[in-house]
Amino acid sequence: MSEKTPSKLEKILKSGQMAVTSECGPPRGSNPDAVTEKANLIKDHVDAINITDNQTSMTRMCSLAACIRLKLMGLEPVLQMVTRDRNRIAIQSDILGAASFDIHNILCLSGDHQNFGDCARGQNVYDIDSMQLIQTVRHMRDEGKFLGGDDIERPPRMFVGAAANPFADPYEIRVPRLAKKVAAGVEFIQTQCIYNLDKFETWIKEAGDRGLLDKVYILAGLTPLKSAGMAKYMKNRVPGMDVPDEVVKRIAGVPKEKQAEEGINICVESIQRLKEVEGIRGFHVMAIEWEEKVPEIVERSGLYPRPQVD
Amino acid sequence: MIVADKKPIEEIIEEVTGKERILILGCNECVTVCEAGGKKEVGILASALRMYFLNQGREVRIDEKTLERQCDHEYLDEIRDIVDDYDAIVSIACGVGVQFTAEQYHATPVYPGVNTCFMGVTERRGLWTERCQGCGQCLLARTGGICPVSRCAKRILNGPCGGSTKGKCEINPELDCAWQLIIDRLKAVGRFDDYEQLLPIKDWSTDRAGGPRKVVREDVQE
Amino acid sequence: MRLQYPSSVKIVRVPCTGKVDIQHLLRAFEKGADGAYVLGCMEGDCHFNSGNFRARKRVEQAQRILETIGVGGERVQMYNLSSSEAPLFVKIANEMHDRILALGPNPLKQKKREMALSNNQEMGVAAACGSGVS
Repeated sequence: MSEKTPSKLEKILKSGQMAVTSECGPPRGSNPDAVTEKANLIKDHVDAINITDNQTSMTRMCSLAACIRLKLMGLEPVLQMVTRDRNRIAIQSDILGAASFDIHNILCLSGDHQNFGDCARGQNVYDIDSMQLIQTVRHMRDEGKFLGGDDIERPPRMFVGAAANPFADPYEIRVPRLAKKVAAGVEFIQTQCIYNLDKFETWIKEAGDRGLLDKVYILAGLTPLKSAGMAKYMKNRVPGMDVPDEVVKRIAGVPKEKQAEEGINICVESIQRLKEVEGIRGFHVMAIEWEEKVPEIVERSGLYPRPQVD
Repeated sequence: MIVADKKPIEEIIEEVTGKERILILGCNECVTVCEAGGKKEVGILASALRMYFLNQGREVRIDEKTLERQCDHEYLDEIRDIVDDYDAIVSIACGVGVQFTAEQYHATPVYPGVNTCFMGVTERRGLWTERCQGCGQCLLARTGGICPVSRCAKRILNGPCGGSTKGKCEINPELDCAWQLIIDRLKAVGRFDDYEQLLPIKDWSTDRAGGPRKVVREDVQE
Repeated sequence: MRLQYPSSVKIVRVPCTGKVDIQHLLRAFEKGADGAYVLGCMEGDCHFNSGNFRARKRVEQAQRILETIGVGGERVQMYNLSSSEAPLFVKIANEMHDRILALGPNPLKQKKREMALSNNQEMGVAAACGSGVS
């Protein structure tokens, strides 16, 4: 795969090195420090930082603005964009806005239904879905044209990503779905957080058997568990999450004060195991509201220092 | 068919309070099937309103009539001779019927007595569910006969989303995930490979987004 | 058994309570009944399977409507018994009789009287003024 964008993330992946990304949730207000503080905690330990887009439909500062703030700090943002809230005009428009600040990474998502959030009575848009968004960004970048057909002045040069969940239902289409995203033009994937390493390795092997690993960079997603309570919650209450009993037992088996530490241990061990798996090209560490632990996780996993690219 | 649900009586009472000669107008088709606006429901509503107004000490005449449907001129014409006897019509047909009645009888206030909900099916008596949103460009051939526009909460055309859990939708564990249904059906009819076909961005201009719609058939116009 | 039950109770026979339509219940009150109750077979024993279940649902619907319009939902009730239970029949009849007695007569009857009276007064005044009755 040749480099198509100035994206630092793409450069690192193309060079064959492991990439590390993490994410920040923007604040439920307009305070820019909320973004800069989180970013400062992790900036030396990751290659790029995702900014979530009104995640779980809770209204927050928009991802684009927070990405611009990261850019102004000299950092590499990944613009997460959901199709729930924007029609194709706004989508193309926001992409151009991002491109005007030289934001070079985008993660294409459908987005949680607004039922979950603070505006359950609102309309939703879903003019296009996540796969069609992938196609749209590629079209704008590679053909240099709007969806309507006109030429774009200074087309966006974005590295296109999407999410994948090897644990969601129905299982039988998990790999065909990845194939579909690849056919749509996706270039990197960040997976949902992994606790069931066996199942994950099966998925990635099946992807490899279909020849998909040559066509897309896969970053394994990980979220460190803070407590046994969190493990049980993720296991029972979060759709599409697979937390094996052994993992719950392990963290529940240590005293409460030690559970956070054990969660970090599990995370680090997972990274060390997955590093050896063919097709894993990096890690996406999602330590939501626990960003201060990211440096420790990255260092203990042997992924520090991060490579410098120009 | 068009599925509707009865409006609360309190709401209807609020609209017609002050009127003295009310016609309750029902419809013999869709709203009869979903037991919201047929002849029986006309009778129930009329009886309830009569008793309510009587209890208020008000003399209100409430008559009942049910037309074959309220979306065709011929049937609405049947009340042309009597419509001036009334100072209000409560139509318990679907929103289509309420509007057409109002259009035909310009000078008579027409109030809706049901909430019109969707185009759907009778799964069993007392349970009606949505199947079609009238997008104007039917793609059922691509999805094994199951519509992702009306049955997927996110109208995703290349689904399922990451929230699909055990065949159910993330927004409601009783709601089937449309894409699970589509996948099961594609398998059942031997077309599982079709799953990987990317459905392109939809043209929503024939949907509500494009503005009020019409269908013209010159071959049958006079 | 020749047990006595209140004469306020008038019986309307149906082959199955499933035949009772909600409109029958509403019309009864429209016409001035003070109370109505539906006496169906024991649940599970309906000769036609679910007639008594349907009746119960209709009674509940009637209760809601009568409550909303101010006549009073308690005036209509559903009971179940088997045809051999004469003492229970009497008990229910007494219970309904007492309930309706406590609730008072159907408010609509009073309203009808009041309205008829005021109409007569108007007519009377008109006559007294020599304007005639139209």
